[in-house]
Amino acid sequence: MSANELLIWARGSGFNLALALLVVGLLLRGFEIFSLGRKTDLAPARARSPGSGWKTVFSRTLPPLGLVARSPTTYLGGYVFHVSLFLVIFFYPPHIAFLHALTGATWPALATPVVDGIAAMGLAALVALLVSRIGNPVKRFLSGFADYLAWTLAFLPMLTGYLAYHHLTPDYSLTLGLHILSAELMLALLPFTRLFHAVSLIAARWYTGENFGRKGVAT
Amino acid sequence: MSASFEKGYRALMEALDTPAAAFFSSCVNCGLCAEACLFYTETGEAKYTPIHKLEPLRRVWWQEYTVLGRLARMFGLAKPVTDEELEAWSPLVYDACTMCGRCAMVCPVGVDPGYLIRKMREGMAAAGHAPQGIVEAASRSITMGSPAGVKWVTVEAQIRRVEKQFGFTVPVDQAGSDYLALMSSWEILNFPEYLGAVGRILNAAHATWTLASEAYEATNSGIQIGVSDLARELVQRIVTAAEKLKVRCVISPECGHAYTALRWEGPNLIGRPYGFEVRHILEVMDALKRTGRIRLTGTLPQPLSYHDPCQISRKGGVFEAPRRLLRDLAPEFREMEDSGTMNWCCGGGGGVSANERAEPLRYKVFQKKRRQIEAAGVKTVVTSCANCRVVMEEALEHYGMDIELLGVTEVVAEHLAEEAKK
Repeated sequence: MSANELLIWARGSGFNLALALLVVGLLLRGFEIFSLGRKTDLAPARARSPGSGWKTVFSRTLPPLGLVARSPTTYLGGYVFHVSLFLVIFFYPPHIAFLHALTGATWPALATPVVDGIAAMGLAALVALLVSRIGNPVKRFLSGFADYLAWTLAFLPMLTGYLAYHHLTPDYSLTLGLHILSAELMLALLPFTRLFHAVSLIAARWYTGENFGRKGVAT
Repeated sequence: MSASFEKGYRALMEALDTPAAAFFSSCVNCGLCAEACLFYTETGEAKYTPIHKLEPLRRVWWQEYTVLGRLARMFGLAKPVTDEELEAWSPLVYDACTMCGRCAMVCPVGVDPGYLIRKMREGMAAAGHAPQGIVEAASRSITMGSPAGVKWVTVEAQIRRVEKQFGFTVPVDQAGSDYLALMSSWEILNFPEYLGAVGRILNAAHATWTLASEAYEATNSGIQIGVSDLARELVQRIVTAAEKLKVRCVISPECGHAYTALRWEGPNLIGRPYGFEVRHILEVMDALKRTGRIRLTGTLPQPLSYHDPCQISRKGGVFEAPRRLLRDLAPEFREMEDSGTMNWCCGGGGGVSANERAEPLRYKVFQKKRRQIEAAGVKTVVTSCANCRVVMEEALEHYGMDIELLGVTEVVAEHLAEEAKK
């Protein structure tokens, strides 16, 4: 398979396959989680606390006071990486064009040099997070194959995208093909790896917010 | 596979629910929960990271309730949970977690490890890996009605002392009373002033109240050890007595986990709402004061601080009431750093204080509270949990610290305007 054939496959069949795996995977994981069920809480709530679950879904995005100083790399690296990933995916002009072709929707893009800078920061943040995972005794102790796999799945599309944008490899088509393939790999494996936290954290935060909210405690 | 391990494994499976699955699905091993846990911050040992204490439960979930995990197990790619592993995890689950819930306040993805520890203890206890101290306390709860072996005759002796000291009759088994007062073992054995204080406050408010000879003990070892059947039986004793006496409200004493057991877990354990209200003594006193049924007078002139019991503040939602009660009485009231719902545990909650094996670790992690007290610059600490009080008293003694510990209820009773007038 030549580089161009790989690129064509990645843009067509490869993307469809990744999307199908993503959808099936999300449905399966959703079923696995919600089919377990949860008993109705018979203890009367302290006070009506409507929306406490949803409040925590959003409020937990902010760090608790004092903890940033204790774990600066985890917080700063985490914020820079996640914000960077979001901006690069949704505000890089070629990505918008791709999503426009897919959905028909469009929106203003960021200037490419700006996206370039953001992507570089995102890559640097990911490297810092990896160094921290290996260097920090707690994170190293906790980490296993699944954690390094998730890091790799996030790193590869960022790296190949950066290399392709700057034409840093001899074969642009091959690099672009690998970029699209690595992004598809991330999508396809998202439901089955640690990357699934991107979706499941909504439920996790909601249950914690709801459980504590019933007792009159804001989380 | 031994019968007890099989029972334990089944209990772990049965305990897993949707929130547990959402929590395990979301954890990215960022390690931030360690920074919120005094067992890690005070020892620096990575094994005390809250989410690590749940690793066997996570694997049971993954291998039993996910397709990928089941496939991995089928093809020998997943390590099954063993009895030896559960035994090895016992010190992490029982000695190094007070189920204080502080880690749940900081997890970026919203995991509540304390919620999961409570579930994991169900399996650990069923598999026979609960520590001896808690097992014995649970056994005494069943056979004698109290984890400390306190019998009704001991309570009667205390009643006589209170009646003699304060000159009022302690009502027993009085049907139709407003309040049914309960006590914890510690209050019966170590802090007899509690019963006198409750009586003085309720009498000053002209409320009707009673003790129940069939349900005087609020401590619930079932919650600590992780045996729901036992926890249910202990809650049911109180429910039966309260409904038989047709009281309006049951007062949970100055005991953290007793409040969790009765107020939050109880209705779920017995499978129905109660026919009465449950309030912590702090809530009762706060309501009586706010409605003008009791008035407080005088001051505690010394600088003092309040230690939030985790089960009452963070996991119970009662953190404003003690401050409202104390602020007027204590012009030199000083908050500790990280107070209220972000308080640090005394290190002995969740059954840790009943677990002799955990004593050296308990003293070690108390250093967090020690630094908090020293930073607040106080020589008096008030709290509202007899277990916290005993744990702190022992640790303060251990560290040679001269700190006075008081219960909010006795402080309030000592400042009743109604008594001052007399």
